[in-house]
Formats: sequence, structure tokens, C-alpha cells
Amino acid sequence: MTASRVWKYGDNVNTDVIFPGKYTYSIFEPEEMARHALEDLDPDFAAKVQPGDVIVAGRNFGCGSSREQAAICLKYAGVRAVIAKSFARIFFRNAINQGLLVIQSKDAPENILNGEEISIDFSKGKIQGKKGVYEFPPLPPAVAGILEAGGLIPYTKKKLGKKLGEDLR
Amino acid sequence: MGKTFTEKILGQKAGKNVSSGEVVTVSPDFILSHDNSAAIIKEFQKLGIAKVCNPQKIVIVLDHVVPAASETYALNHKIIREFVERQNIAHFFDIHNGICHQVFSEQGFAMPGKLVLGADSHTTSYGAFGAFSAGIGRSEVASLWATDEIWLRVPETLRIELDKRLSPGVSAKDVILKIIGDEGADRANYMAVEFAGDGASHFSLGSRLVLANMAAEMGAKNGYFAPEREVLAFLKSRARDTFEPVCSDPDAEYEDVLEYDLSLLEPQVACPHSVDNVRAVSEVLGTRFHQALIGTCTNGRLEDLEAAAEILRGKNVAAGVRALVIPASRLEYLKALKAGVLADLVEAGCLVLNPGCGPCLGAHQGILAPGEVALSTANRNFRGRMGSRDSEIYLASPATVAASVIEGKIADPRGFL
Repeated sequence: MTASRVWKYGDNVNTDVIFPGKYTYSIFEPEEMARHALEDLDPDFAAKVQPGDVIVAGRNFGCGSSREQAAICLKYAGVRAVIAKSFARIFFRNAINQGLLVIQSKDAPENILNGEEISIDFSKGKIQGKKGVYEFPPLPPAVAGILEAGGLIPYTKKKLGKKLGEDLR
Repeated sequence: MGKTFTEKILGQKAGKNVSSGEVVTVSPDFILSHDNSAAIIKEFQKLGIAKVCNPQKIVIVLDHVVPAASETYALNHKIIREFVERQNIAHFFDIHNGICHQVFSEQGFAMPGKLVLGADSHTTSYGAFGAFSAGIGRSEVASLWATDEIWLRVPETLRIELDKRLSPGVSAKDVILKIIGDEGADRANYMAVEFAGDGASHFSLGSRLVLANMAAEMGAKNGYFAPEREVLAFLKSRARDTFEPVCSDPDAEYEDVLEYDLSLLEPQVACPHSVDNVRAVSEVLGTRFHQALIGTCTNGRLEDLEAAAEILRGKNVAAGVRALVIPASRLEYLKALKAGVLADLVEAGCLVLNPGCGPCLGAHQGILAPGEVALSTANRNFRGRMGSRDSEIYLASPATVAASVIEGKIADPRGFL
């Protein structure tokens, strides 16, 4: 378990501030998407985020558009997990389908502070923070399988009986 | 215990008796995508198979940036056209048709009891026809093209009873803004929303589309109206398949039941920067703005353009205001053209653009500069959505936008009837 630094945000962080609509049909490379992550919410984020960092937020994280880039840009910016009180349903699916950890917890966002170092044990369902340990329930098996495969595309490819190619990261 | 429409539709698709909370594997009737099809194609190609599983189920409508505003967008469209050709996808609608949700509806793909999934959050719209329809992501569409299968959690259902009738100058947009303002942007997260009651049953198809479309803004997986009269008549000449209306049982179990008296409602405005930041129009009268937008998948039909023309006919767009009008589809455009509605709007000083998403998602056709304010009939007002992160968006009904355009500041449409 490595320590992760926390970027703390509020309720209703929407997909337009995570990845602005104006880029949705002009940016196609995940690395370039990452450079615009959270641009309209926190213009410092993309430049300062470190691999392994974690986002902790309030209710309804990822509300709005179905754009999958919202999950892709966070993943490629190095974000290890998003912990929120609740997630908008399409973002939740997109995150899993991109292999980005999403953790729903009522307690953790109330107690964890911006900049705090926390550690997450996903298999045990535990977050260790400065003020305590926060537990979270496991994902349903079918959904966990997608996450384990690294996302939906590698998962489907496996299901189709194809060998994983080099084009899959 | 009875079943909700959602439990029934997903149960039929899963081939078993299901209840809310269960996870089912299902195969949809139709799979919708738009300009994002180019990105979906890229994902599909990683799967290592040559052909899509069932081309008849795939519906692709180019609408987000039409016609192409740059070489990048043009290439995007070209990749899609070539894929459509190679894969024998018959249900392809090129740039001249309009916004996907309007085109999908008027082309008869949205039918009662069907399961529709689309790579767009406002896929909830087809609940206006009594379908179960929900937005999904791009990887999921690519995977569906390949396998024709997806997991869905059967949602709980929130029932919203609409009683009595709306007053003149108040419309479906005001109803859904009021509900979202009262209940919050995540009230229906993971849930189905069923609009019911005597008031709802008298809603036109266009009005039903407004509510089902914006159910997405309260987090809903899908919205729904029991299909009746006008909806069934609309489908008579255009339904793509046979269908069976599916309704909730009288003793179905709901997460909650909310009640609204439509007769008490006044025009509503969603203020920056969230759709649930809603005020009665009387509280924001006089707010200045630079650009108005009448259109989008929420409010770009003849009914909406007529409501605006009723107020703007013989009047002028105020100095300093840019008033954009974007019909939702080629067919709605044509109807408004033949009815003289567009002539009224153009005479008043509006700029009529081609059917499509326009500036709603901030890609082209009226981007906002820093410090600018828009008043729009769209469904979303998140920071930066229509351009600069230092711009603001207010959302209202077509009638409220039309009245405000005349005054050059937010106005109550009831004073213009």
C-alpha cells in the first residue's frame, strides 16, 4: 500500500469541468486529455497532480455528459482512485470501464482533508486516513471482473476469445 | 407486489422475473451514437473482430458539430461514414438531419416497451414514448456493437405525479426546472423517473420529450411516460417495429412519490452554474445577457419555436442581444418554415442556424467570450459549457427566452401574451 495525496473537491463535480465539451471532438489521445483534466474546476490540477494521487469529493461526482473522456483524463493524469459520497451513474460505469478505481464512501469525504496522505487497500475495502480507517463495500463480481481486466475493452476482448494485443494498455 | 414499467421491460429482456436492485445482462433493441462514433470505432477496432454483431440495431446520427467546423471534425465524420459503409449500417443519418434525439424519435426508433441505449446522457428522452432508454459510455457502445450484451442494474423508480393544468406562458420546461430545483441534481441518481398523473397524461409529445430529456439532469437512468393517444398516433405511420406498451402496475413499489400542482407553477430559470440552481422568473427579472439560444434537443421543436414566435412576432430583438434559433431537426425546421414561424423570428432579428447541437456543448456556432452571459433553452448550464470558463448560462423555456430577448434582460413571458 503506497500513500496517496488527496485532492479534495465538493459536490456535483460535473463532466464539463472535468473535461470541457469543447475538446470532446478535437482531442483523441489520452495523454493530451490528461493535460486538460479538471481544467474548469481547478486550473492547477493537471500540472501538479502526481501519479498515484487520489480525488476525494462529495455527492454526485461526474454528473452531466456521458463523455468517457472524463474518466480517461483522470486516469491518464495519474489519478489512482476517486472517492466520493456518491457518483453519477454514467461516470461510475465509465470509470470502471476505463479501469479507474471508484470508491463510494460517506465517511471518508467528510473526514479526509485536502493534501492529506491516505492509503487504500482495495481488496480489503479499507481507506487509512489521518483521522481513522474508512471501510467500503466490494463491487459486484461481474463489475469487479471488468476492473480487474483493466477496463471493458480488454474484458470484452478476453470474452470474445481473443488474445490481448499490444494496442491495449 | 406489482412491477414498475422498468422491472417489466428489463425482465422481458432478461427473460426472467426481476426486481429493482438486481443486475441483469440484456440485449438492447437499438444502440445510438453520434459524432462520438469515431471514438467508438477506435475502441471497437481494439477488440480484434471484423464485423459488428448486429448492424440493424445500430443508429448513428451526426449532429454535434455539423457541418464540420474544422479539419479535425471533418476527418471524424469521414471515419464514421466509411465505417458505416463497411459495416452495412443502414440507420445512418448524415449532417443534414438534425439532433440525434429528435431524429431517433421522428424516424420511429423510439417505441413503447423497447430498450434503447445510447452514448449520450440525454438518451433518457425516449421515455417520452414509454421506452426504457438510458445513456452509457463509449467503451460500452463499442462492446455492445461486438457482443450485443450489457449489464444493467434494475433501477428503483421515483414517481412524480403532475396534477391539474399549466397556466398560459408556463410550459413543460418550467415543470422540469422546478422539479430539479426542488429535488436537486442527484435526487434520482441510479433511478427511473416516472411522470404520471392527469397533468402528465395531457402533455403533448414535445412536452413529454422535454421532461424525459431533462430527467438526466436529476441523475436519472431513464425517464418515462405511459404511452397514450398522441404518442401512439405519432408512431402509427413511422414505428420501425411492432411494439407492446408497458405500464407500471397500480400496486408497483416506488422509491418515493412526489406531487406537483401544475396550476400553481410560474416560469422558472436555472441560474449559473448548475441545473438545480433554480429561481422563479420573478426573482431574476432584469438580469442582463448577451446571447440567447432557442433550440437544442430539449426545446428545438415546432411547439417551442411557435411559443417563441407568439411572443416575438412583430417585435424586435433588443440592441446588444444576439438571438440564435436552432431547430432540432430538418423536419421540425421544415414545419416551422412552412408555418411562417421562422419568418416571424427572422423578422424580429433572430439568426436561424442549421439543425444540430449548435453551441450547446461549446464546440461551435456561438461560443461565449469571458464575461459573457447566455440565456438558453438547453438542458445544461455547467461552468464553461458554452465556451469560456468565465461565462455564465441561464436556462429557461422558449417563451421566457423570447420575452427576455425583446427586453434585453430576463423577463416574464406572461407579460407578453
